[in-house]
Amino acid sequence: MPADNILLDVKGLQKYFPVRKGVFRRTVAHVKAVDGLDMFIREGETLGLVGESGCGKTTTGRSILRLIEPTAGDILFRSKKMAEGGETYKEVNVVTAHRKMMKALRREMQIIFQDPYSSLNPRMTVGSIVGEPLLVHGLAKGAEREDRVKALLAAVGLKPDHMKRYPHEFSGGQRQRIGVARALALDPQLIVCDEPVSALDVSIQAQVINLLEDLQGEFGLTYLFIAHDLSVVKHIADRVAVMYLGKIAELCTTEELFTAPKHPYTEALMSAVPVPDPDWNVERILLEGDVPSPVAPPPGCYFHPRCRYAKDICKTEAPVYRDLGDLHFVTCHFAESLNLQPVRSG
Amino acid sequence: MPLIEVRGLKTYFYTEDGIVRAVDGVDYVIEHEKTLGVVGESGCGKSVTALSIMGLVQIPPGKIEDGEILFHRDGKVMDLTKLNPKGREMRAIRGNEIAMIFQEPMTSLNPVYTIGNQIMEAIILHQKLNKKNAKNKAIEMLRAVGIPLPEQRVDEYPHQLSGGMRQRAMIAMAMSCNPSLLIADEPTTALDVTIQAQVLELMNALRAEFNASIQFITHDLGVIAGMADDVVVMYLGRIVEASNVREIFHNGKHPYTQGLMNSIPSLAAEKERLEPIKGVVPDPFEVPAGCGFEPRCPHAMEICKTKMPDLKEVAPGHTTACWLYE
Repeated sequence: MPADNILLDVKGLQKYFPVRKGVFRRTVAHVKAVDGLDMFIREGETLGLVGESGCGKTTTGRSILRLIEPTAGDILFRSKKMAEGGETYKEVNVVTAHRKMMKALRREMQIIFQDPYSSLNPRMTVGSIVGEPLLVHGLAKGAEREDRVKALLAAVGLKPDHMKRYPHEFSGGQRQRIGVARALALDPQLIVCDEPVSALDVSIQAQVINLLEDLQGEFGLTYLFIAHDLSVVKHIADRVAVMYLGKIAELCTTEELFTAPKHPYTEALMSAVPVPDPDWNVERILLEGDVPSPVAPPPGCYFHPRCRYAKDICKTEAPVYRDLGDLHFVTCHFAESLNLQPVRSG
Repeated sequence: MPLIEVRGLKTYFYTEDGIVRAVDGVDYVIEHEKTLGVVGESGCGKSVTALSIMGLVQIPPGKIEDGEILFHRDGKVMDLTKLNPKGREMRAIRGNEIAMIFQEPMTSLNPVYTIGNQIMEAIILHQKLNKKNAKNKAIEMLRAVGIPLPEQRVDEYPHQLSGGMRQRAMIAMAMSCNPSLLIADEPTTALDVTIQAQVLELMNALRAEFNASIQFITHDLGVIAGMADDVVVMYLGRIVEASNVREIFHNGKHPYTQGLMNSIPSLAAEKERLEPIKGVVPDPFEVPAGCGFEPRCPHAMEICKTKMPDLKEVAPGHTTACWLYE
């Protein structure tokens, strides 16, 4: 059953990074950062992408914007701005788009980075940082550009006179607001938020999360929200994709993920999250060992060496990513028969 | 029974731009075989407090301006602030009776020595064992912290271990001399959640096994809720609230404590909207004259602008520094 209102459709996305060795820089192996990934994002929704370090979530986000070249797969973006004649949208494949088309696509897809300290050029004023996209795309000049920048700063809760200042004069939370204003400058449809609050203090995190929620309502934005913090994702996302070693372990609505998880990794991940309640007692499922290397993932199901439900088939046969019905996707042989522990909601 | 009593501790830094009052009058007690959680955001002074106990504050620019750190052992009391940080007595305590682990295990391990060598250093220094016995002890410690194949790992270098394994090795090093206090400064912040869960479990098990106390410093309220017996909440170099962990989470009195609780998303609760604390932590050179939290406080009154409130008992064993409860 195809879902409606799809804005972005990712099919079979792969990104392999070569591992080179020796004098001739021969490729000896590949880091399978993203290893066959299918997902779609609906217009106006927030899709959370969670997983531990090295699972490929950032690579996925960057591949979608083609900031890095995918090895294989299709990324179909349905653009309203580019629609011609009677069409309601024009479908563009990001992976094969040529230069001119890519530039047009940049107006529709933007990114907010994790580290507000390294993602802003320290030599540029805030005005020129936020106004640069308008300049590059030739959308506004002179006084018009200045007005637009002021409006953008106001939208993210900064003052117009901040335009003339430099990034070092701002706190972490304010810098992240500048990054958000820059992403909004071209009036995009989709924003990839790559760990946008991880580097911020807790009391500031909430300010930025609320801002992102407000802007989504105001501008009808669609977010791909990449994070390692499940609590944040539970709060902000409509649907969640859980990644493990370059593949999606499970993808479903946030509600379903937390009340009826179907993948053992999801169960373990949720039980490991520290909950700010001293009386919270949920059975901690301690996963043994570390995430295997993406250069040489284990045979069969990638999760089987750490899975407490693993059976013989898991060691030899890789499970297929499939829909259990109602668009609840999971990569596990035993998704239907396992009775996994949900998060109790207090 | 108290193990460490910190009284009126003030640690200042004299920089070119002015004086930073990183720790500005802090009192707390770490009980025997208990875990004290210290919570607060960046710059609240939680790490400097720990460094003051360890005698690791760099002098200059730092200086312990005032206060006592009383260390109880064998029925005697000793004031750590009176000891020369580089002297014989302090060196006999540091790493031996009080040990510390840090946030980033990669930067606190020496990359050119094997894990075993680094663990053995403390054992040879404090326990006067010979090299062979020290190595056996190091292997035993690595096994105790759950590192597989410790006989092999002992000869490996830090870069050969994963992040979680490195933090385990750090813990092995810290526990090798059976300290009575382990200070853990954001020990799991750099780790993934599933690895964090392993390390926290390990720390709890070791605390019981070695009869040690832990001072656990973190900004993560979730971790504190699961680890601590008692909690102190710090803001701008002062303690704003202190009590046992249940009181702090279920009956927090200080507006800053309440603000922190309301601003974080939790797996346990449905929140339509987060309630952030407005504004930001003030610049350390421009600390407010009265209560440090006043500019961000939703309940601020006139008196808060001019006078600093003292810690006051609001319930048995529960203190807070706020004019609302005067």
